[in-house]
Amino acid sequence: MNFDIFFQQVPDGDGAWWQMLASGLQWTLLVALFAWIMAFALGSLVGVARTTEKRWLIRAGNAYVELFRNIPLIVQFFLWYFVVPDVIPAVKAWVITLDPTRHQFFTAVVCLGFFTSARIAEQVRSGIQSLARGQRNAGYAIGLTQTQTYRYVLLPMAYRIIIPPLTSELMNLIKNTAVAYSIGLTELFFRTREMGEMTFRYFEAFAAATVIYVLIALAANRVMAWIERRVAVPGMIAGAH
Amino acid sequence: MGDLDFDVIGRALPYLAHGMQYTVQLTVVAFAGGVVFGTLLALARLSSFKPLALAAAGYVNLMRSIPLLLVIFWFYFLAPVLLQSLTGAERPPQIGAERSAYITFILFEAAYFCEIMRAGIQSIAKGQAAAGFALGLDYWQVMRRIVLPQAFRNMLPVLLTQAIVLFQDVSLVSLLNVTDFVGAAVKIAQRDSRVIEMYLFVAVVYFLLCFALSSGARRLQLRLAIVR
Repeated sequence: MNFDIFFQQVPDGDGAWWQMLASGLQWTLLVALFAWIMAFALGSLVGVARTTEKRWLIRAGNAYVELFRNIPLIVQFFLWYFVVPDVIPAVKAWVITLDPTRHQFFTAVVCLGFFTSARIAEQVRSGIQSLARGQRNAGYAIGLTQTQTYRYVLLPMAYRIIIPPLTSELMNLIKNTAVAYSIGLTELFFRTREMGEMTFRYFEAFAAATVIYVLIALAANRVMAWIERRVAVPGMIAGAH
Repeated sequence: MGDLDFDVIGRALPYLAHGMQYTVQLTVVAFAGGVVFGTLLALARLSSFKPLALAAAGYVNLMRSIPLLLVIFWFYFLAPVLLQSLTGAERPPQIGAERSAYITFILFEAAYFCEIMRAGIQSIAKGQAAAGFALGLDYWQVMRRIVLPQAFRNMLPVLLTQAIVLFQDVSLVSLLNVTDFVGAAVKIAQRDSRVIEMYLFVAVVYFLLCFALSSGARRLQLRLAIVR
């Protein structure tokens, strides 16, 4: 193991290899951040839809979750990147105005956003369903509308309950950004492979990437644990001391 | 959409079937190997011998915090070097991505199966193992005849769900140019310039298979829940 390689200049590039990996890391984190926001919003909506009394909403929510859970992520990347622009002219018209990096970035965010949202929807649904029936009834009894009952009674409790599974979904999302390599986004894994291929120092490159991914996973885990402690309602949920 | 040609699928069907055969083969081998190795890891994690428990926990946490894609490439590059140092050969043996993938998936999935089996083992009442020891069985007999069969049974739906995830994850080997189901489709798509048709077909096939499998897993879960 020789660390000098990280300070060697990239041929035909500006900067050293460690800067290449750092720029890859930036893309990884950016994709993860935007995809998480999208997945959280969409997943909450779909998850809530599946707990309402409306038959068609439940059906549609179930179909949504099944659709994104039963197709491999890499195939979903290919669908968003190659198929969607080709079958929807409006998307194609927009995509050709973008530079390739932008196109890859948006594709990665949308693809991972939808993919992760199905998983979050599943967690949100089970969180809401784990609440006692009386919670919802109490909301209606004091005159709240359905929207208000979700907003002020059900969701605040459900989100707190599902923080641990959401933590693993966040870590999965960060790991899944590596699949964006398949459409050519220059995220961390892409840069790692590039470094291995151009310098033949696979061991150093992959070791560095491994350490970085482990550190991100740890950081994500700590942040979620911090949030869990911050929002804990004393005496309400197991684990909130 | 007027110029789509779905006949390309019919013509490529034997090649695609060949790819699917590899995908299924890798899934089955990795599942069996992963469950065996994962169960051993789970026993190690629950061991009262601290260094062993720590080593197993370290392995599992490491595998679970890095992307599968990274692991696939790690083994692809390192397996030949490792084998060379083990066998003392002059040159690294040519393993190829097809075969290194088996090692990768067994070792990677074992970390996930370990956590499932650990939960399964912990779900068995302590009295069960204690009763076994009281009868004079040793540790391995207690595990093999009393704890593990029950743990396995309780965790069967979760193991199946993980098997479906594994079935989908296998598609990542196509990035190493392996001709699994996705790899076969990518090659046809590029050769015949029929990207749209091929990727739609792959998506539909995966969806139907995984949907059927996960419905089966759900039904199994309901049946097991009633029995208990």
